[in-house]
Amino acid sequence: MATHSAGTRGDGRLFRITTGLVALFVPLVVAGIAVVLIHGSLLSIKEFGLRFWSGTTWDPVAGEFGALPFIWGTLYSSFLALLISTPVALGIAVFLSDLSPHALRQPLIFLTELLAAIPSIVYGLWGIFVLVPLVRQIQTSLPDRLRATPLFSGPPLGIGMLSAALILAVMITPFTASVAREILRAVPRAQREGAFALGATRWEAIRLALFYGRSGILGAVMLGLGRALGETMAVTMVIGNTPKVSLSLFAPQYTMAAVIANEFTEAADDLYLHALVEIGLVLFIVTVVVNLMSRILIWSATTESRAPRRRAVVARAA
Amino acid sequence: MLAAGLLLLGAPALVRAETVQINGAGATFPYPIYSKWFSEYNKLHPDVEINYQSIGSGGGIRQMTAQTVFFGATDGPMTQEQLQAAPGRVLHFPTVLGAVVPVYNLPDVTQALNFSGAVLADIFLGKITKWNDAAIAKDNPGVTLPSGDITVVHRADGSGTSYIFCDYLAKVSAEWKSKVGVATSVNWPAGIGGKGNEGVAGAVRQTPGSLGYVELIYALQNKIAYGAVRSMDGEFVQADIDTVSAAATAAAKQMPPDFRVSITNAPGKGVYPISSFTWILLYESPRDKNRSRMMVDFMKWALTDGQKFAGDLGYAPLPAGVVELEQAALAKVKVR
Repeated sequence: MATHSAGTRGDGRLFRITTGLVALFVPLVVAGIAVVLIHGSLLSIKEFGLRFWSGTTWDPVAGEFGALPFIWGTLYSSFLALLISTPVALGIAVFLSDLSPHALRQPLIFLTELLAAIPSIVYGLWGIFVLVPLVRQIQTSLPDRLRATPLFSGPPLGIGMLSAALILAVMITPFTASVAREILRAVPRAQREGAFALGATRWEAIRLALFYGRSGILGAVMLGLGRALGETMAVTMVIGNTPKVSLSLFAPQYTMAAVIANEFTEAADDLYLHALVEIGLVLFIVTVVVNLMSRILIWSATTESRAPRRRAVVARAA
Repeated sequence: MLAAGLLLLGAPALVRAETVQINGAGATFPYPIYSKWFSEYNKLHPDVEINYQSIGSGGGIRQMTAQTVFFGATDGPMTQEQLQAAPGRVLHFPTVLGAVVPVYNLPDVTQALNFSGAVLADIFLGKITKWNDAAIAKDNPGVTLPSGDITVVHRADGSGTSYIFCDYLAKVSAEWKSKVGVATSVNWPAGIGGKGNEGVAGAVRQTPGSLGYVELIYALQNKIAYGAVRSMDGEFVQADIDTVSAAATAAAKQMPPDFRVSITNAPGKGVYPISSFTWILLYESPRDKNRSRMMVDFMKWALTDGQKFAGDLGYAPLPAGVVELEQAALAKVKVR
């Protein structure tokens, strides 16, 4: 008996140490990545300094490297993708958790998760052969007045920002939808039942559940954003790979992940190689900043929610 | 019977124990023929196993310089700086020839179009933007050209194909040479980027009015129609295995001793102007003389018997004159 309890106490300590070490591994890896990226881009950091972030020329022959078009392309395509995918993903999540007939639920869940399992090269091919001609048709059928505005200007290529954003949206929707569905399912039954008891309609009850789970749902959206920022293959196949800053949805542009994948193998010159690694460093920093901002967003959403949550607790107690 | 069985089992094991592995890395463009050569050569000489990673010319040169591989391969010759950065003297050996062809999508034009170098350069510089531009019409008498915009498609990934194409444009256009230059990736003044030959071909096929460039092998294997290009002698030449080999024959007469030569825009009759060698890189005096001897033996085979595999895979074989020069140069590689 005594040995047994001593043993479990020992196991507990061992367990804590092991899990602690494993947990320590994560910050170590992150720090390691940062060190390697900085070390690998020293030449470029010394040569261009902060100008690297604002430069718009990418000329491997002249040795002039600026990352702004790639930063812009990455952020713009991810932002557009979120704009398109978030309502769709939330719709899927709400339908699956609250509205779907029982027989339909499992097949639909299976299909959404299947979307997440398709390799990105397949998305890219689908993009070239199906999506791009479709986008070109959309563009040519827009009225001329609209096509004169900066948002829709440019020749009808089909290949460009909108195609990339659409493909990204399709790719991240299953992630956001699955997590959001789990969050909605985790909302206590009492929340919805309470709402119904107070005479709320179904729509109002769902809105309440969405509000209750908003920090988790924001997290689900951010998960999709993380995926969109780093997606490479599908994007490079349809975005047109042209380093230009443009607001137009139809302009060919470029992303950070895509330029690294495209140019890394043939970069023989040292400065060129270091500039490409610095693009990786910039992508790393941008990802960290975006994630931090989303954390702050989630945090501020949850602190603001204290008041209604307290009310909910009171209601449940009563 | 038992002894025979043991012998059968034992024999391959013994051979395997003596197998020497030689590692190489570099250009993706010659990968199909190199992998064919290495497997055919392994059938003839089971004791030599050559492994090749097609990581790109730039990667090949880097790994060669770092001595992590025994040999490198590149589509563009090493620059003077790169040669000086290498820890030993590096020799270039042309292995086969390739070419780059202009491909376009004009649904209403049935005959093959002609392009002169200056026109191609101006299109890729973004100076000629319409298909019915007078400069294009001049090269294509009797062809009704559409009035639409030209959508330029270039390679987005760094590639030997872009290197050869830019090398040609730089020779026929001073503006290209000063503004854009020659490299595996350049700052393209116009157009959109497709990833790989398939990306460029896909974008061209999808976009009416587009013009791009792909490797000859890719166009042949996928049956894509391509235009003729004006040679230095002024005739419009369609790329095929003969016209590409002719470019090398022309170059053999004034081959520099280190074989680092560009044969784009070569003079001569029936010469396709956007042609190029692809090279294997060897150290003149590697530390491992055993492997060096095996590699030289392989190279001798590849330059002679190996050339017969080139045509089927869409590469042009080396002309006899170049093979002779290379055989003499191979004698310089130290094998003991």
